[in-house]
Amino acid sequence: MPEAAPAVRYGRQRRQRRSRRQRRSRTLRTGLALLALIVAAVGLVPIVWSQSPDRQLDPAVAGLAAPWSRFEVLHLTDRGTLAAVAVEVSGSEVVLHGQPRPTRVAISDLDGEIESQRFALGSDEFGRDVAARLLAGGRVSLAVAGWTVLLISLVAVPLGALSGSAPPAVDQFILRGLEALQSFPRLFLLLGLAAIVRPGMLSVVLILGLTGWIPMARLVRAEVRALREREFVLAARAAGAGRGRIVFRHLLPNALAPALVEASLAAAAAIVSEAALSFLGFGLQPPSASWGNMIADGRSTLSVGWWVAFFPGAALALTAIAFNLVGEGLRDELDPRALAQATCPPPWPLSSPPSALP
Amino acid sequence: MTRALLGRFTSALLAGWIVLSAVFFLLRLLPGEPGAAFEDPRVPQEQRLRLRAIYGLDRPLPEQYVRWIGGVVRGEWGYSLSQHRPVGEILRATAPNTLLLSSAALLLELGLGLALGVAAAARAGSPFDHALRAISLALWSLPAFWLGLMLIAGFAVALPLFPPGAMRAVEAGSFGLWRRGLDLVWHLALPAAALGLPAAAATARFVRSTVLERLGEPFVQSARARGLSPRRVLWSHALRAGLAPIAQLAGLSLAALLSGTVAVEVVFGWPGIGRATYDALVARDYPLLLAGTALSATFVLAGSFLAEALQAWLDPRLRDA
Repeated sequence: MPEAAPAVRYGRQRRQRRSRRQRRSRTLRTGLALLALIVAAVGLVPIVWSQSPDRQLDPAVAGLAAPWSRFEVLHLTDRGTLAAVAVEVSGSEVVLHGQPRPTRVAISDLDGEIESQRFALGSDEFGRDVAARLLAGGRVSLAVAGWTVLLISLVAVPLGALSGSAPPAVDQFILRGLEALQSFPRLFLLLGLAAIVRPGMLSVVLILGLTGWIPMARLVRAEVRALREREFVLAARAAGAGRGRIVFRHLLPNALAPALVEASLAAAAAIVSEAALSFLGFGLQPPSASWGNMIADGRSTLSVGWWVAFFPGAALALTAIAFNLVGEGLRDELDPRALAQATCPPPWPLSSPPSALP
Repeated sequence: MTRALLGRFTSALLAGWIVLSAVFFLLRLLPGEPGAAFEDPRVPQEQRLRLRAIYGLDRPLPEQYVRWIGGVVRGEWGYSLSQHRPVGEILRATAPNTLLLSSAALLLELGLGLALGVAAAARAGSPFDHALRAISLALWSLPAFWLGLMLIAGFAVALPLFPPGAMRAVEAGSFGLWRRGLDLVWHLALPAAALGLPAAAATARFVRSTVLERLGEPFVQSARARGLSPRRVLWSHALRAGLAPIAQLAGLSLAALLSGTVAVEVVFGWPGIGRATYDALVARDYPLLLAGTALSATFVLAGSFLAEALQAWLDPRLRDA
């Protein structure tokens, strides 16, 4: 309970205002740094570390290996590859340890060097590297987020601007339509659409883009409506600017800042929704890796290998946190009204949090 | 206000009808037949035609639609193609379970969200406030189904405190009433936490900023000037004044929880509507899928209607509007 007397609170509030401004930029900086780190990891690590996300070691030996475990990989001239926990050379043969039965391979049958592979984040039940799949899945998630946000912006910004600058009758019509659409349970629409479009990256982007644009459209509409009454619009009109010029040159550029905030939050929602879709089997199809279907893979082996489901989910959460931090930081930076008030504006009050969807 | 609410009710009904019709036609326009049995090559052609006749799928689409919507109005949802029993029966069996799970999650969300949000607002700028802000942002970003899996891995596998899934113990039938209730709560804990914790984080953030906003207003200052205790000012003035938007959020989040249970129900094997609808989609059981969608849409519409009614009841300024 607040022990502070009112007088103290005033002083505290003034100090808070300053510290909040600093913290705000810190929110944005943290988010951007985190995002840059994730993008760099997903985009740059494969250049120096080219482990295929689909490469399988013998599941009987290297399946569900704990994080940081190492295996020796032997390439054979005729029989593909063998995996072993350890190898030992005795005479002209190599003895493999860790196979279900003791195995010996003649050195003459070997093709090239014995290579060792470390599973930094463990392996799944098929003997695939979780770390390599994590990176491949990350490329999918980031691509889905990017394309979805692009699609959302392309639909929402013109429609919001139209609704905000149109006569009241048209505006009300669009607004009611948006409300009806928004009351539609999104997951069921996602599932319904997933049944029509063949599951894959394109279908996921289409589904998420076509169902996710409503909050942004409402935001742009509200912003355009509020800006319409401002003096600079009156000045533009007095200077003889037409309706189109006012909308495109004066209203829209000013309404884009909140749209940018919403775009960042929508990216977080898209990443989580893609994972939920893939988890339920309506998104990216195996064997191609996505964070969602990796979690689905890990679900069946949860009791024996927690890492298979843990790492993709953690990566997912981290990316969502990064986008949410950027969105929140941007909103605080771009919204001078929030700075003018001693208090924080309510956070996106009526759009449901991304985690509510799946 | 009554008139406005009546208007909202009508438009909610209209929206529900549009949603249902859209889903009906969408599903029928899909390539492929409803029901997995219709595509099984081992089923002879004449059997297939008979099945189609039994389920009324050989009629023209408009006739099917009129029959279906007429049934819906009478409360008849048709016959499930995959479970071979009336859809109404399945809904009656699963809806209470989903309601139970959502209510438990809502309780957790509101209890935790209100307490932490108000506490953070009272200590704005303190380390507690900062920590809560960071934790709630992280929690809010977590996907509920993954949180559910991790809760299972942590509290059902590594530390076997809770059951990993299902709704009651196998031998629950032989329990007395008291033990059966305990068993249910025990099974409810993890799924409700998976669903409720991210929602609680969102609510705590919202409550914090709403209460903080009210704390700066003149009526709060006047309450302070009259010498009311800080606790009283916080709980019965600032929170009370902020209750209307918070109630609106609660109504909306009930809707979000109800329709957001699909993945959590799948993860925990919870026998609710979400899982039934998911199974129906996998089996292309259109009558059940339609009914599940309809029910979920109804929940969402009812939730937002409830939100507005609650808000009007809590905020006297809205009553005469």
